[in-house]
Amino acid sequence: MLQIEGVIKIFNRGSIDEKIALQHVDLKVDKGEFVTIIGSNGAGKTTLLNAVTGSVLVDDGNVVIDGLDVTHLPEFKRGRFIGRVFQNPLMGTASEMTLGENLSMALLRGKPRGLSKGVTKNHQIIYQPILQTLGLGLEGRLKDRVGLLSGGQRQSLAILMATLSLPKVLLLDEHAASLDPKTATVVMDLTERVIKENGLTTLMVTHNMEQAIRYGGRLVMMHEGRIILDVSGEEKSSLTIPEVVQRFGVVDEKLLLA
Amino acid sequence: MLNILTVALLQGFEYGLVTLGVMLSFRVIRFPDLTIEGSFPLGGAITAILIAKGISPLFGVGVSLLAGFAAGVLTGVLNTKFKISKLLSGLLVMTILFSINLRIMGRSNIPLLYFQTLLTPIEKILPKSSLPLILFFFVVILASKWLVDKFLSTELGLALRATGDNEQMIKSLGVDTDWTNILGLGMANALIALSGSLITQDQGFADISMGVGVMVTGLAAMIIGETLLRPKNMWWLSTAMVVGTIVYYFVISLGLRLGLAPTDLKLATGLMVALALCAPALRDRYGINRVLKEAKKRAVAKGRSLG
Repeated sequence: MLQIEGVIKIFNRGSIDEKIALQHVDLKVDKGEFVTIIGSNGAGKTTLLNAVTGSVLVDDGNVVIDGLDVTHLPEFKRGRFIGRVFQNPLMGTASEMTLGENLSMALLRGKPRGLSKGVTKNHQIIYQPILQTLGLGLEGRLKDRVGLLSGGQRQSLAILMATLSLPKVLLLDEHAASLDPKTATVVMDLTERVIKENGLTTLMVTHNMEQAIRYGGRLVMMHEGRIILDVSGEEKSSLTIPEVVQRFGVVDEKLLLA
Repeated sequence: MLNILTVALLQGFEYGLVTLGVMLSFRVIRFPDLTIEGSFPLGGAITAILIAKGISPLFGVGVSLLAGFAAGVLTGVLNTKFKISKLLSGLLVMTILFSINLRIMGRSNIPLLYFQTLLTPIEKILPKSSLPLILFFFVVILASKWLVDKFLSTELGLALRATGDNEQMIKSLGVDTDWTNILGLGMANALIALSGSLITQDQGFADISMGVGVMVTGLAAMIIGETLLRPKNMWWLSTAMVVGTIVYYFVISLGLRLGLAPTDLKLATGLMVALALCAPALRDRYGINRVLKEAKKRAVAKGRSLG
């Protein structure tokens, strides 16, 4: 479903600040696969996601989604088949607009937007049960501005919006990292459920090794712009934190403390 | 007093179109657009020259709308496609329009007193009364507000609002935000050129300097409206634009009546905007809730000391 082939990205090329963010990264993700990506700061995790969405243009290599080479496609065109949730809950939703308006915009992902009414009575009937599944009591607040919601509620809404129109690839960028532990668990459980129910092809970046091991069917570890570990199947499910540390050394002790 | 009120209503409805345009650019897509000061006289210039040449005033209104739209599109293209900053894009188009407006008019002022305008038949209904004119502009502003409200609740309108609210998000949902920015600027400047066209016909002349200060007036009206109504949704926001414009002109006419020199108008406008912007801070410091809270605190402290 998603193929990243020989992708290279160098920031500030030729200057003293030159930073090689991605050094020839190859990653092939099958349809329905849920991959967690772990690595220390500056390992290139976020740059890799940005290379997929197009907010960073790669210097070399290709990005292919469902057989279509999107390497040179502008960001908004890739938006048609990529759903993304950011670390900052403010980034995934429009705060001055209502819940209903936000969901309507998400439902139209990649479709032409015309002069028909944005939020219809029909929409409201569709949204009620969707919001009900969150169990956050949002179903009665379709006309409230999103800015009134808490961080956890906004992030849950952002997950709904990113997945509502079943994107070909779902990218999660440390999307539970800025929430308190209890809310983070709620958001992670919701994430896992949505991914499972819809069989979404997912890349999830995380700083939290425990999360990386618990969720998903495949674990990729990045270091200095390279993939240094890629395990899946039985090997992945039997993985423990000490084992990772023992086999691959402590790349960054922050990973353990997170 | 009644006279001041009629003046405020008429000018409020006339310039309310400008404030609606300012709302579209400054609030909806959050683009600080300076094109306004060029597109307003552009509408006036086109309408005046067409009327003076004996062409139907209605046609002049239509061409003004299109020209204003084109001016906004130009600013949008400079910003989105050529990455010129928002302020500079608007400033460039405004400067270009100054020369274009002079070219269109051929001189710096075109009087229309002896020509039939769109408003002539309306003015004739009740001689010596501005009531028909007020009603006409009321219908115009009401229709424009209704259209803007309707548009902003469509699928495309939501995308436009999201462009101002969270551009990254709406981009990731597959919307080309270059295009929504350009469209928003086009619509804003079309409304403003429409205002320029109609005001030219009401005042009976077009002048090259008629755009000077229009943007600050629009901003002042917008901020006054927002401060007074504290709008929670789009319908109230656009309502606040019209109310704010009327209040602005009411205060200005009142000031003039009380002996304010016309040369001091800009000072008065500036102070009014500053006051409106200070209002939230003043409310926090001296507002009724604060006073009550302090009183309660004092009462509690007193109770403790007694106990």
